[in-house]
Amino acid sequence: MARKISVKQAINEALDLEMRRDPSVILLGEDIVGGAGAPGEIDAWGGVLGVTKGLDAKHPGRLLDTPLSESAYIGAAIGAAACGMRPVAELMFLDFMGVCFDQILNQAAKFKYMFGGKARTPVVIRAMVGAGFRAAAQHSQMLTPIFTHVPGLKVVCPSNAYDAKGLLIQSIRDDDPVIFCEHKNLYGHEADVPAESYAIPLGEANVVREGRDVTIVSYGLTVHRALEAAARLAREGIEAEVIDLRTLSPIDWDTVIESVEATGRLVVVDEANPRCSIACDVAAYVAQHAFGALKAAPQMVTAPHTPVPFSPVLEDIYVPSADAIAAAAGRICARARAA
Amino acid sequence: MSNNPFPLSRAELLQAYRTMRTIRDFEERLHVEFAKGDIPGFVHLYAGEEACAAGIMTHLTDVDRIASTHRGHGHCIAKGVDVAEMMAEIYGKSSGACRGKGGSMHIADLAKGMMGANGILGAGAPLICGAALAAKFRGDGGVGVTFFGDGASNQGTVLESMNLAAVWNLPVIFVVENNGYAESTSVDYATAVDSYVDRASGFGVPGVTVDGTDFFAVHEAAGEIIRRAREGGGPALLECKMIRFFGHFEGDAQTYKAKGENERNRETRDCLKLFAARVTDAGVLAAADLALVDREVAALIDDAVAAAKGAPLPLPAELLTDVYASY
Ligand SMILES: Cc1ncc(C[n+]2csc(CCOP(=O)(O)OP(=O)(O)O)c2C)c(N)n1
Repeated sequence: MARKISVKQAINEALDLEMRRDPSVILLGEDIVGGAGAPGEIDAWGGVLGVTKGLDAKHPGRLLDTPLSESAYIGAAIGAAACGMRPVAELMFLDFMGVCFDQILNQAAKFKYMFGGKARTPVVIRAMVGAGFRAAAQHSQMLTPIFTHVPGLKVVCPSNAYDAKGLLIQSIRDDDPVIFCEHKNLYGHEADVPAESYAIPLGEANVVREGRDVTIVSYGLTVHRALEAAARLAREGIEAEVIDLRTLSPIDWDTVIESVEATGRLVVVDEANPRCSIACDVAAYVAQHAFGALKAAPQMVTAPHTPVPFSPVLEDIYVPSADAIAAAAGRICARARAA
Repeated sequence: MSNNPFPLSRAELLQAYRTMRTIRDFEERLHVEFAKGDIPGFVHLYAGEEACAAGIMTHLTDVDRIASTHRGHGHCIAKGVDVAEMMAEIYGKSSGACRGKGGSMHIADLAKGMMGANGILGAGAPLICGAALAAKFRGDGGVGVTFFGDGASNQGTVLESMNLAAVWNLPVIFVVENNGYAESTSVDYATAVDSYVDRASGFGVPGVTVDGTDFFAVHEAAGEIIRRAREGGGPALLECKMIRFFGHFEGDAQTYKAKGENERNRETRDCLKLFAARVTDAGVLAAADLALVDREVAALIDDAVAAAKGAPLPLPAELLTDVYASY
């Protein structure tokens, strides 16, 4: 049975279902219950934006509010994972990874390999990413490339409620550490979501629109901008295929290559800063593996190489727009037609 | 006036009151303007905690450095950052203290020794060790003061910095602004020791706890440890027990607080009322003196808001400026 629910509700539902299914799933994070030790309500917050609200009552004792000590509690989640639990830790804003990065980079990501395959660290680290909240440079970054760069970590970034639920369920069941990136500007976005449990495999992209002229690859919030651009391009007679990567590590190269081989043109849209980004990664891979199919140079549409600005007028032009995506696609389609 | 029982002159007392009143009005006004929807982003209000910022900053000059928190407006004002520039920054205008790039959580004015509000909890402590190190190298007599909440006190950076400051004998003051809450979580839950002073002493850093709603208590304790640090006596910790009148951020329903808590606090533990009662009861300042300051500050805040609202927005090209030093 499907109903329309938001990304926020979908994540809450995924956590609820997995906690019901598997007693080793626990949640930890700052204020994920809220009100701990305070004179008022327990479950006052359910996380800074209320994503985990209500879960404490359903699963007493399995949600742990933590002190403000990311190194300690993210590390504890990783250690518990190595000892048979399936912790889901909320890092609030992915920007805070600076505080606890050693635990993620040198511990969680390395155990399996360094220990000759003997360790498993099935931890999920959920965190908000992305611009759009007027939260300035330390609370708005799209840090997906940094994690994607690290072998041993899986990186997931859903663009809609259906995917958020299925991908989070799979992430919790996955035996590797997963960085689960939730775009804060998508929390309210609604889609049809089945009430029952389902898992979406990591490493499978989703072709969200089919088209023959140009392939637009993206993930997270900018998938919606890419779709907007595709609708505009269609009015100009250009049929864009839009691919939502859904997971960045592992990444579904096959779907990307297959599409580019059919369209001959690639635009990669990434909200991250351009250098060493997902955009670079996809463009380079396609250039190397489908060069013969390309009718034009791959285009990257990204945020500029700057921190995220506070002022709304600047932040609004920071995130790649549908205009910029349509322009990039239009440019290579026109050039190809002229040639 | 001859019988002044306070360690501050009339003029200094008036200035301290002006500082606290400016912070209070600034915050109360932001509360109102935020509710109208005019102000973008996260705003964390300092109202209720004014005596701490004012009590400490009274001892500092521009050569002294502070590292602030996400709740930084009060520290900025007490350290002498221009109120109109702060307001414009919070509105995201190009005339703002940081040209609209930082917003409420990142206001800085290095010339005033204000090294920035900070969106990362605990990040100020290592930075202030660096500031103190620089002061030591230069021999300018400056001290560094870092502020952090009861919540942020649990960050490794803070604890590592205490050790570093002690090992290097740095002129650093660690100020715990203990308002009882970290977002919705109480200090009793999140911190296993009763006293931050005990914790600091574990690092060889002496400390003292004061009633942070009492300007005079903060002023006296801060004066002593700042003097000691200036004279080469090394770091110290000051815990100020205080109240935050509003939610964690604007928009917070505050259901984790006890019923009537905010109202009770406003009645009995308002640092501005307590200050006013002390100085008028002692006959050092008259109610009329304070009322004059109130009127002047009200006008200052009105002007700052009007100027901020009327100020130009940043130009699109400014998105790309300030990323690197330019030559
Ligand atoms: C490293 C890091 N973790 C978490 C947060 C989110 N956060 C911002 S303020 C806050 C609570 C801070 O509490 P406290 O230190 O007591 O200061 P107060 O807000 O009470 O002034 C939290 C959890 C953050 N900004 N940085």
